[in-house]
Amino acid sequence: MISNDALNVQSSLSRLNSGEMSSVELTEIFLKRIEEHEPRVHAFITATPDLARKMAEEADQKRADYRKLEKKIPPLLGLPIAVKDVLCVDGVRATCGSKILEDFKPPFNATAVQKLIDAGVVILGKTNTDEFAMGSSTENSAYGVTHNPWDLESVPGGSSGGSAAAVAASFAPAALGTDTGGSVRQPASFCGVSGIKPTYGRVSRYGLIAYGSSLDSAGVIARSIADIETLFRLMAGFDEKDATSVDKPIPEKACVADMSIKGMRIGVPEEYFIDGIQLEVEQKVRAAIAEFESMGAEVQPVSLPHTEYALPVYYLIAPAEASANLARYDGVRFGLRATDDDMLRMFTQSRGAGFGQEVKRRIMLGTYALSAGYYDAYYGQAQKVRTLIKRDFDRAFASVDAIAAPVAPTTAFKIGGHGDDPLAMYLEDVFTLPANLAGIPALAFPVGFDSEGLPVGMQLMGGHFHEQLLLQLGHAYQQETDYHMQFPAL
Amino acid sequence: MSLTLQDVEHIALLARLELTDEEKKQYQQQLSDILDHVAKLQELDTAGISPTSRILSARSYLREDITAQGLTTQKSLENAPSVESDQFKVPPVLE
Repeated sequence: MISNDALNVQSSLSRLNSGEMSSVELTEIFLKRIEEHEPRVHAFITATPDLARKMAEEADQKRADYRKLEKKIPPLLGLPIAVKDVLCVDGVRATCGSKILEDFKPPFNATAVQKLIDAGVVILGKTNTDEFAMGSSTENSAYGVTHNPWDLESVPGGSSGGSAAAVAASFAPAALGTDTGGSVRQPASFCGVSGIKPTYGRVSRYGLIAYGSSLDSAGVIARSIADIETLFRLMAGFDEKDATSVDKPIPEKACVADMSIKGMRIGVPEEYFIDGIQLEVEQKVRAAIAEFESMGAEVQPVSLPHTEYALPVYYLIAPAEASANLARYDGVRFGLRATDDDMLRMFTQSRGAGFGQEVKRRIMLGTYALSAGYYDAYYGQAQKVRTLIKRDFDRAFASVDAIAAPVAPTTAFKIGGHGDDPLAMYLEDVFTLPANLAGIPALAFPVGFDSEGLPVGMQLMGGHFHEQLLLQLGHAYQQETDYHMQFPAL
Repeated sequence: MSLTLQDVEHIALLARLELTDEEKKQYQQQLSDILDHVAKLQELDTAGISPTSRILSARSYLREDITAQGLTTQKSLENAPSVESDQFKVPPVLE
């Protein structure tokens, strides 16, 4: 009997391609694992075992047909994955963790999902998320809390906490997430797995249910960076359904075993090693930076002086965009309709009853920041400071190839640990927000464990469209270390 | 920055959100705290700095004007809370 832990993307694909295992067999192994441990982890909002079995059978049939016809086998044919419940899968309900979309079944696939389906994936289910991806712990979901597989009393991070927990628990070899302010990287870090937030526009946002449109990006969570690359390459590219997507070819494969990182320049911003950061997080991240240096990278200090302003900028821009994006939930075309009494009450009651606390809070904040008389002072000023943050990165990337920093100030905190204090929760994102504001790619991966046995993550940020460089660096690190190959005991 | 209860009610109406009395009180406090925190941005002199509304330079993509099959009427209406004669049905707008 093969352990699920051994079934990452690479090893699953090689078993499928060698004929050692069919997609049906592989899928059953993951479904059994989910059945056994999901009640304690709760990574999924909607598990889709029937759909998975059907897709797996089709994949096996296709493989047989293609072999006979000597056609090229699609690169991910038969590989099971999980999908965050803010990315649309045709005919499978997409809740976004919200009551307002409890019965919403999208009539199309998100482009990122479609591209992976075209490549042959099998969908195991839709993973839990903070409502509309607003949160850093996956506690703000109308469908229950996800538990961190490393410590079931701790949060998995968020908002892609279900996807990160699913990969950590070996429910799936890879999962899709979305990252608006750190929602792929922070849960990946809390769950001891790897995650990429691509350059803004590199992966189409079509079918990614919008939160902050100038910040949203679809990414991948997997055990290793080589696994991430395998999916990411297939998701990227221009999409005529998303005018902000970018037509830029992905260069050659970065995750190659013998590729040297010698002479690559890594910048270390002191602004990311602030008071209040957990000592062990700082130690592990600095040790990882030293490891990069011993592998031949050149490490040098860089300064990102406006880092401390990223949090207030984000918490004006993201809620402002959210308040506009979420105006579509009005009870007219889809989603909850609370009353048919009259038009205004249909709007206010449907939204009042359908949205949870954090979503309402951000809609209120965004509405205020955009309202007459306050626009210039809040939203306008935030957009100008966003320019300053972006310039910090432009300047830094003139002298370094990548910037190394912790993903979050702490390791996973206890469920309920931040109580009712929204600001304390917002501070979780302090190191991840700047990459979204600047639209740059960032890669998170595990670099050790704290004394409680909880994973510590680090991120590498790069210039626009330099994902390959980050993947190459991260992969080189994972060749030398085995933190990404540690598994929680469930 | 401290918001009054009337401010909260005004914002809630703009946002088309029905709030309970308890929510109003809670948001009055929490939004005031958050606004205090974001007031930090006022420290910076941004005269002459242009705002960033999009990260990559704007480019408009145009495609060939070719007719293609979109969503059918039936598919478009599948998620609707109320439908009549192939249309979204809503309460009267005009009395």
